[in-house]
Amino acid sequence: MDLTSEEQDMLDGKFGKAAQKSMEILSALGEIFNAESMVEVTGVQIAGVSYDNLGEAGLEFLSEMAEDGKVKVLTTLNPAGMDRENWRLLGIDEDFAKNQNRVIDAFARMGVITTCSCTPYLIGNSPHFGQHIAWAESSAVCYANSVIGARTNREGGPSALASAITGKTPNYGYHLDENRHGQVLVKVNCDLKGTDEFGVLGKIIGDKLVELGMKIPYIIGITSATVEELKSFCASVATYGGTALFHMKGITPEYDKYPQPSENLIEINKINLEQARNKLIDDDIEVDFVSIGCPHASIYEIEKISRLLKGKKVNKEFWITTARPTKRIADEAGYSKIIEKAGAKFAADTCCVVAPIKGRFKGIMVDSAKACYYGRAKNKFKVKIGTIEDCIEEAIK
Amino acid sequence: MKLKGRKIYKGIVEAKAIVTKEGISFYGGVDPETGKIVEVGHELEGQSIIGKVLVFPSGKGSTVGSYTMYRMTKNNTAPAAIVNEQIDTIVAVGCIISEIPCIDKVDINNIKTGQNILVNASEGFVEVK
Repeated sequence: MDLTSEEQDMLDGKFGKAAQKSMEILSALGEIFNAESMVEVTGVQIAGVSYDNLGEAGLEFLSEMAEDGKVKVLTTLNPAGMDRENWRLLGIDEDFAKNQNRVIDAFARMGVITTCSCTPYLIGNSPHFGQHIAWAESSAVCYANSVIGARTNREGGPSALASAITGKTPNYGYHLDENRHGQVLVKVNCDLKGTDEFGVLGKIIGDKLVELGMKIPYIIGITSATVEELKSFCASVATYGGTALFHMKGITPEYDKYPQPSENLIEINKINLEQARNKLIDDDIEVDFVSIGCPHASIYEIEKISRLLKGKKVNKEFWITTARPTKRIADEAGYSKIIEKAGAKFAADTCCVVAPIKGRFKGIMVDSAKACYYGRAKNKFKVKIGTIEDCIEEAIK
Repeated sequence: MKLKGRKIYKGIVEAKAIVTKEGISFYGGVDPETGKIVEVGHELEGQSIIGKVLVFPSGKGSTVGSYTMYRMTKNNTAPAAIVNEQIDTIVAVGCIISEIPCIDKVDINNIKTGQNILVNASEGFVEVK
C-alpha cells in the first residue's frame, strides 16, 4: 500500500501516539483488503458509544487516545446508553450515568461533536453525493451509500475513530465504483407506505440476501419513498442482510449508473409483506413499552406524534428516541410540551437498542423492523410492529 | 518447520500453541477476566488462552470484540500472539490496539496444540519448534 509522506510520518509517530495508533489500524486494514492508497474523508460517525457495550476496557482505550488525539474532520457519535439530561426519568442508574459521561467526555476531549445519533445525516453531519466518509452505524452507512450516494465501508468503533484522527480511510470496498454494482434484482409488485412497511420490506430483502450470500440489492417497482421510510428501510435491510448499499430505481441517485442485474430475481407482493409482518408480531404479546424513533425520529415524525397525542394520555412507558438537536427543534415548536403532557417521554441521545433495559419490559411495540430484531435478541422482549398510529393507539389503550 | 505468513501486528514471541479449527468471537465468546473460552459448544470451551499462541482460522462476531481484546491485555489475560488463516477486521483491529503480535495467511494445519512455536510477526513467519 502506498502511503504519502504525511501518512508515513503519522505511522512513524511524528504526529503523536494517537495518530500513530490510528494510522497503524488504517494501514493494516488497507493491507488486508488490498487498498492501493488512503483516501481523504470529509466526515466521520463513530459507533461504540454506549458504556453498556464498551465497558471499562473500551473507555480506557478512548482515554488513552484522548491523551494527544484530536479529530481532523467533522465527527459525531452513535447513540449512547442514556439521555444525557433526562436519564433519571428513564430509570437509568447513577453508576451507569457516571460511566456513560466518562465515555462522552473522552470523545469531547478529542474534539468530537458529542451529538449521539444514528441519523447523523439529519443533524448536520451530512455528506454530499460522491464524498468519501467513514461511518460506523450500520443503518447510517446504508443511508449514506444508497440514498445520498456518498461512499463508506461499514466501520467499527476503533477504525472510525482512527479515520477521524487522521482524516483518512483505506480506499477499498464501497469507496470504489467496481464494488457498487447491484447484484440481486428485487421486483416489488405492490404499493408500500409507512416506516413499518418499508421496514418489513427491508427484512424480506435482507433475509433473502443472506440466503443468496449477496449484499447489494437493486430494487425496482417503488414509486415514492420519504426520508423516514428510507431510513427505516436502511436500518432493516442492514440489520437482517448486512447490507451497506442498495439501489432503488427512480429513488436513489446511482440507480442508472450501474446496470440492472439480470439474474437472482426476487419478487415481492402484498402476501409476502403480510407474511413477513406476522413474523414481527409475537404471539400472546403483552405490550408494556412503546418506542418510536429507530432510527432516530425526524422532526416530521415528532410533529406527527404530537398531533396524534394531543389531549390524550398514555398508559404505558412510551419513549420517543431522537437526536438532541431534533429534540431542541421540537421544544421550540411546542411539540415536546404536547407529547410530555400526554405522559410520553423523550429519550434523546439514546434508543431502545443501546440503552441498558434488558429484561425491564415484557413486550415492546415499535414501528421499526430493526427495533424488533434487537428487542428480541438483545433485550429479551416480545415484539410487535405497527404503524406510528398503531403504536400511539396501543400506548393510550 | 518454518511457515510463511503476513504481518498484521508486529512483535516476536515464543510460547505454547493452542489450536482450534473453529472461529473465535472475542465479544461474548471469551471471558476477559479469566482468559478462558466461554462460547458454549466451542471446541476450546473452558480452556485458557492466557500467554499462549492462539491459532484459529478467523474471527467472528461483534466489532465490540476488538475492545474485549484490549481489556484482556490490560488484565494480563491476553494470548501471547495470534495466528490466523485469514484475518478479519475485528481481530486485526483488536491486535493493533492491544499490541498483540499477529500474523495471518499461515497454513494452520501444520500447528498442533502444545507445540512450542516462535511467532515472528514483524518478519511474517511462524516457526514450529
